[in-house]
Amino acid sequence: MAEMDTSSSGGHKKGPGVKKGKKLSTRVDLTPMVDLGFLLITFFMFTTTLAKPKTMEINMPYKDKNLQEEEKNKLKASVAMTVLLSKNHRVYYYEGLADNPEQNPDLKVTGFKPKDGIRDAIIRKKKAVDAMKRAGTLTAKDNMTVLIKPDTTSTYSDLVNMLDEMSINDVKVYAIIDISDVEQGYIKDTEAASGL
Amino acid sequence: MPKAKLPRKSTNIDMTAMCDVAFLLLTFFMLATKFKPEEPVVVTTPSSISEIPLPDNDIMLLTVDKKGRIFFSIDNKIKRKELIESVNDDRKLGLTEQDINRFAIGPSIGIPFNRLKSFLSMPPDEQAEVNVTAPGVPVDTSVLSPDNELAQWIKSARYTNPKLRICIKADGEAAYPHVKKIINTLEGYKIFKFNLITNMKAAPPGTAAFEERQKMASAE
Repeated sequence: MAEMDTSSSGGHKKGPGVKKGKKLSTRVDLTPMVDLGFLLITFFMFTTTLAKPKTMEINMPYKDKNLQEEEKNKLKASVAMTVLLSKNHRVYYYEGLADNPEQNPDLKVTGFKPKDGIRDAIIRKKKAVDAMKRAGTLTAKDNMTVLIKPDTTSTYSDLVNMLDEMSINDVKVYAIIDISDVEQGYIKDTEAASGL
Repeated sequence: MPKAKLPRKSTNIDMTAMCDVAFLLLTFFMLATKFKPEEPVVVTTPSSISEIPLPDNDIMLLTVDKKGRIFFSIDNKIKRKELIESVNDDRKLGLTEQDINRFAIGPSIGIPFNRLKSFLSMPPDEQAEVNVTAPGVPVDTSVLSPDNELAQWIKSARYTNPKLRICIKADGEAAYPHVKKIINTLEGYKIFKFNLITNMKAAPPGTAAFEERQKMASAE
């Protein structure tokens, strides 16, 4: 392959007076060229961005100051679950709407962990909503709704993790909402109660 | 029994085939490569199971670093030029033709308007140095506030290119209030749909998304 046939074998015979030229090998050592080739490959492999970054699409709820109170969807307490994101990647959640000012909601503390984390809580709630649909207490239109309320001490990764849990657990309806002072109070109370 | 004499073989290997392979791969990487865009700050994005790829063009990229500094950029050079011209008119920045051209080919902007002119008059390596300590584009919760310079950038950018998709690339450790300000600004312009740039991770087994993916895979 690499060498060319320069010997005149099979060719015509030279005359007796013709001097034979010195035969030089045309075989080229390709090793440095291979080295160079692989060096460049390595360079391009490291600088390239073959894997394009992935994106997550989010739709925020439509917000308008002029929206009338009666135009807003009313959320049923039985399908609602509120998730509060707090410091140190801690997650608090409660079920229902907590619209009774007399009684604090039953706030539970968890985190983003594979076992007994927020994921299990979401799956449990989802099953409960499905069971209520079968029992006929909820119509087919009702969907489990998660209200995500990050507080000021939470980080962006908490938010992304939470949104990711929504797609992991196939929760169709969710919204990112500003946390209220009342809910910040719940977090403080729970922190104090459990000595965190 | 006398040993059978093995004929001596040459240890020279023909490198041609290897060379062919090397250059074939080299050609592939050279053609397939798209150099990493110059990033003003190092950002470690959180992971998600989302598989939607980032679109190639018409992107407005809002980079948020660990400390919550915001850097703004759009992709197309021609649009960048139109953008800076319109911002220049709106905010009376007094940029020269040279500054405008520098912006068009330059990197992300993470500097308030009052320092933009001096920033653009610097050579690229000095700009990179300034970006280390730059305060980021000032932002506020309301779009109407004159301090909300990000709002001005977004407004002008959407005016020059209405097809722009807004992508937020934020560091996982950035505090939520910084991201919230951006979201509030976008909501102020009635933008309720945008993209968050994330790394990819696999769906955890035993969940709804995992089963969905399995079904998709077996259907193929």
